[in-house]
Amino acid sequence: MAIGLHNSDFKNPVVRWIDQRMPIFTMMQKEYGTFPTPRNFNYFWNFGALAMVNLMIMIATGIFLAMHYTPHTAYAFDSVERIMRDVNFGWLIRYVHMNGASMFFIVVFIHIWRGMYYGSYKAPRELLWMLGVVIFLLMMATAFMGYVLPWGQMSFWGATVITNLFSAFPVVGDWIVALLWGGFSVDNPTLNRFFSLHYLMPFVIVGVVFLHVVALHITGSNNPLGVEPKGPQDTLPFHPYYTAKDSFGLVIYFIVFASLVFFVPNMLGHPDNYIPADPLVTPAHIVPEWYFLPFYAILRAVPDKLGGVLLMFGSIAVLFVLPWLDSSPVRSMRFRPIARISFLLWTVCFFVLMYCGAMPAEEPYVTVSRIATAYYFAYFLVILPLLGRLERPLPLPESIARAVLGGGPLPAGAAAKPMEKA
Amino acid sequence: MLRSTLKAFAILGGLLAIAPAPARAAGEAIAIPDTRFSFDGIFGTYDRASAQRGFQVYKEVCSACHSMRLLSYRNLRELGLTEQQVAAIAAQFTVTDGPNDEGQMFERSGRPSDRFRRPFPNQQAARAANNGAYPVDLSVITKARLGGADYIFALLTGYQDPPAGVTMMDGMNYNRYFPGHQIAMAAPLNPDQVEYADGTPATVEQMARDVTTFLAWAAEPELEQRRAMGVKVILFLTILGGLAYAVKRKVWADVH
Repeated sequence: MAIGLHNSDFKNPVVRWIDQRMPIFTMMQKEYGTFPTPRNFNYFWNFGALAMVNLMIMIATGIFLAMHYTPHTAYAFDSVERIMRDVNFGWLIRYVHMNGASMFFIVVFIHIWRGMYYGSYKAPRELLWMLGVVIFLLMMATAFMGYVLPWGQMSFWGATVITNLFSAFPVVGDWIVALLWGGFSVDNPTLNRFFSLHYLMPFVIVGVVFLHVVALHITGSNNPLGVEPKGPQDTLPFHPYYTAKDSFGLVIYFIVFASLVFFVPNMLGHPDNYIPADPLVTPAHIVPEWYFLPFYAILRAVPDKLGGVLLMFGSIAVLFVLPWLDSSPVRSMRFRPIARISFLLWTVCFFVLMYCGAMPAEEPYVTVSRIATAYYFAYFLVILPLLGRLERPLPLPESIARAVLGGGPLPAGAAAKPMEKA
Repeated sequence: MLRSTLKAFAILGGLLAIAPAPARAAGEAIAIPDTRFSFDGIFGTYDRASAQRGFQVYKEVCSACHSMRLLSYRNLRELGLTEQQVAAIAAQFTVTDGPNDEGQMFERSGRPSDRFRRPFPNQQAARAANNGAYPVDLSVITKARLGGADYIFALLTGYQDPPAGVTMMDGMNYNRYFPGHQIAMAAPLNPDQVEYADGTPATVEQMARDVTTFLAWAAEPELEQRRAMGVKVILFLTILGGLAYAVKRKVWADVH
């Protein structure tokens, strides 16, 4: 590309002046205005945008909480209650942040589920998918450290149990644990570094989300049929079609979010976390936050500590290689009758594990978690690799437009509608 | 489209339904009876008269052992007490302040800005005075117990003689609703233990209800503001959602 001013299409002189020197308006127009998007998205495709909004909400509320929070074992609990009582609208900021974490996981679980159901991880979107798994891992680390900050009983004991898991690794285990703790038990240095990292990680997530979106805008979005768009008749410009659709989804999301925050703000939390941390009193049952329960159940399903830890990490790690485990070229489960049932069963197993994770480690929950864990992994390691060879997929539609519009004539100008300028 | 939307909501509902499960896991399962309180439900508010009586119960009974370190006397204004009444209540207590210009700690009468006076200087002193048991801080007690206000009310009214065959440990009391049934706290409320200024008969149930209302307010003083705001926010979002859906329909009209 030649050096020199960008050839801008914008009429507004100020916008044009900036755009010639730094074409961000052209870029926004290309990536979020005219960006060709498959015309057949269902509402599952809202969840990426919802996750983005959720991340922004978490960062905004988190910054305000950090202004009033004190990361010290003697003051952390009281400083959180001070936010609830004495800071103007502190209760609102804190409950939004607290329930925002749950909303984030609800949104991201659905987002991941959608990717798995409609085969969004398959070529050419493998890297896009893997970046998504990285985001998920970073989210889990951030959420875990955030839950420690109020320094309640579950904060303390959750941190103790989870950090202790690393001691299962041979040779480096104890060294890692000492590094996480900043000492020889969960104490003030632990709280300090968790606060620091909890503030840092969201910005790392922003960075990886940026890469996730860059990768998305190279391959374009998948769609419920899993068939690539073959031309302009198969796509719509992102704006106004999907901005309008996302706006509606966003309001529904806000209604669910607001219902939690304003009416049942503590429903998803554990009452024990309103008891200040006490290293001398162990809670009867130590349970992590609800979004970690399936993985916690996998951990406890294995009688061996190292085995359990490896399997728990493996349950996420397996997602990284999912694009290569699934050998079928057909993306959407709509056309894969056996894979569809296998995946829905996997979804049931996920919820079963979530339930078992909340229950005490005793029968029948242990056996049930073992069966569900076995299926969780069998789906990825046995069923998907085999089905690519054994399953006979249903006939795929010729194109998106044909499937959506029944092969009739295309509405004039729908695809190439000129965009309103920002 | 509708089908997939319903599916999305089904999943969301599933997540929300299963989510409170960790709460259920704690402790042995003792069914806590559901008690009707003024602050139940979406539109519930704290019964101010009951909460004020509850404060009296706390002050005259509970505060002999239990602290409420997160509350200040000034917070009582929210229960409908006047500035003078709050100042008079605070003045009943002696507070250690200082150091003064000579470097000495000194005693003065309480002010509205002071935290509730704590019955014991530290946990060790509290345990020493209570047969080894620690009377917990009550600031956020309804948020910190499974069952919330229902549990507190049930506990306060759940004392009875141990059933035949149950051997009690030394100094323990039988309570129907306490996990394990053996609680160090003796039945704190007895009929006519306090004398209510408004003439309400001080039955155990009445005192338990009043003090539970007070403790629920202490734990969640923002509850009324939160719910009032929530109703407005949901109404606003519902209308906005209708508009957003209409816009979406209009935009998509030419491509469907």
